[in-house]
Amino acid sequence: MEAIIIGIVKSAIRLATPYLYASIGETIGQLSGVLNLGVDGVMLMGAFSAFYTVLKTGNLWLGLLVAIVVGAIFGLLIAFINVTLKAEQGISGIGVYIFGLGLSSLLFRTMVGTVQTVSGFPPLSVPWLSTIPVMGKIFFQQNILVYGAFALVPVSWFVLNKTPLGLSIRAVGQHPEAADSLGVNIVRIRYFTVILGGILSGIAGASLSIALLNVFQQNLTNGMGFIAVALVYFGAWRPKTVLIGALLFSTVNAIQIWIQVKGINVPSDFTLMLPYIVTIVVLAAMAKRRIHPPTALNKPFERGE
Amino acid sequence: MKLKKNIIILIMISILVLSLGFGASAKAFRVAVIMPSSISDMAFSQSMYEALVTIQEEVGKENFEFVYSENMFVVADAAAAVRDYASEGYDLVIAHGSQYGSSLMEIAPDFPNTSFTWGTSVNTFSDQGITNIFAYEARSEEGGYVCGVLAAKLSQTGIIGVIGPIETGDAKLYVDGFKAGVLATKPDGQVNVNWTGSFSDVALASEAAQTHINVGADVLTGTAQMVVGAIGVARQRGVLWFGTQANQTSLAPEVVVANQVYDWTVVLRPMIQLIKEGKMGGTTYALTLANGGLKIVVNQEVLVEKTIQDIIEGKINIEL
Repeated sequence: MEAIIIGIVKSAIRLATPYLYASIGETIGQLSGVLNLGVDGVMLMGAFSAFYTVLKTGNLWLGLLVAIVVGAIFGLLIAFINVTLKAEQGISGIGVYIFGLGLSSLLFRTMVGTVQTVSGFPPLSVPWLSTIPVMGKIFFQQNILVYGAFALVPVSWFVLNKTPLGLSIRAVGQHPEAADSLGVNIVRIRYFTVILGGILSGIAGASLSIALLNVFQQNLTNGMGFIAVALVYFGAWRPKTVLIGALLFSTVNAIQIWIQVKGINVPSDFTLMLPYIVTIVVLAAMAKRRIHPPTALNKPFERGE
Repeated sequence: MKLKKNIIILIMISILVLSLGFGASAKAFRVAVIMPSSISDMAFSQSMYEALVTIQEEVGKENFEFVYSENMFVVADAAAAVRDYASEGYDLVIAHGSQYGSSLMEIAPDFPNTSFTWGTSVNTFSDQGITNIFAYEARSEEGGYVCGVLAAKLSQTGIIGVIGPIETGDAKLYVDGFKAGVLATKPDGQVNVNWTGSFSDVALASEAAQTHINVGADVLTGTAQMVVGAIGVARQRGVLWFGTQANQTSLAPEVVVANQVYDWTVVLRPMIQLIKEGKMGGTTYALTLANGGLKIVVNQEVLVEKTIQDIIEGKINIEL
């Protein structure tokens, strides 16, 4: 029984990792008023660049760094399109997604060719903590990018809620006119949050290609980026609730795999639906306490309007 | 003005004539193929791509041309591509995916001089009066059975895991055949099957492999391009792997035992011959062990060579 629970929760934590990075990155961007639907494309580019770097150099940290840089470049592009050019944010995001999907696939085909694996970040036992029975095995024997994803939650909560920067970000998303009149540079804040979101999406992709799966293939993420965006809404734009959403979705996913493997007589089509159904049900149950989206979400800022 | 206009018309006519000249001289057999995933997916699409390359190398580029559109997982896009290719005058348009059938049924009647084919399926729509669609399938349960027999003999725990995509088509055939092979060899063996619901969810395939191994499986198999995730886990945890659709040995040479490889040339060659003779559709083809369309490629490395090498290098101490 214990081994079963350990296995399922470990799976859930691994499955949740890329969602956490991408979702929190998107949360920060949306809190400042910018909607980015291109998360999946940036994840793919981050995954490919990290994978290619590790394939050619064997250096995992360099791979991670390259994913960060690539994520930042894409973040810059998205910010330019949405904030400076004031494009329709939902549409531009889809464009970035298609661009990222196509570019990563093209680069993969021309620079790598066949599918192959790399040696990614190994599991890292946290000293002493990993010896705790049950909890130690589950939580403290994961790889470093998994730790990073979970550490990101309290860090982002702190920055968003307890620092002047966080206040500026949230103000820009709720009342950009008021923030502007108080001297907050709307453009600079939005560029910052979107680039940060790009970096986190890049790391999310890297977590797949050089830590969790250790492989790259065309369309590796298979739509994960869109689920990450959905989790932002589930999480009501708060990192802690985003964490709950990511864990809920991933845990039910891990459970449904286990149900199928054990041969429990439920049609596989039904078990495959479970993560989505459960998430929707919980979302509906939480609806009474709904926080409204940032008022300025998806609205480019024009001074004087 | 009139001179300028005449010169332009003359240039356009000469371009037209020249291009016709180029077109007319090429008596190459032209094929277009639409695929749901990439040509390097180590699975379904790659097997078709490699078959076309093989045929081209045999008869020469001047006699056989082919173009491809990959990653056409959106059926509407694929249908548009099929129409485009047909209107560009390709001799044979291959819709390589069981999801493309209804699109072909609509498009084929509009292009009676083009031959269409799709798989995996047995339906040539001849009962609806359509005469220019071929169908092909892979009897992958045959190779699945062979792999199942091998798996049962190699498994020490008696528990074997199968990671399937969607319970349909040649995936279902393979899994059913594999299970039958295992149970025929080892009646008390346990075959656990899970379906990930997608052909491309690598992360889910990876976690499924972990779960299978956690419940005691020491041999795994699976199908579709998502299995790269599972193979990675198998390699990491030292669990044996059986592949299908393509030769997956290069992904994990230490643990891949054998692969069922699809050789679509066995289907394409007779089809092309029929088209050249004027029959545009109506026949169903299958890959089988008997006709060489299915081959079992064993990874000698894992089973034999490595052990031999380890003994030679003194890494194995044989206790007598």
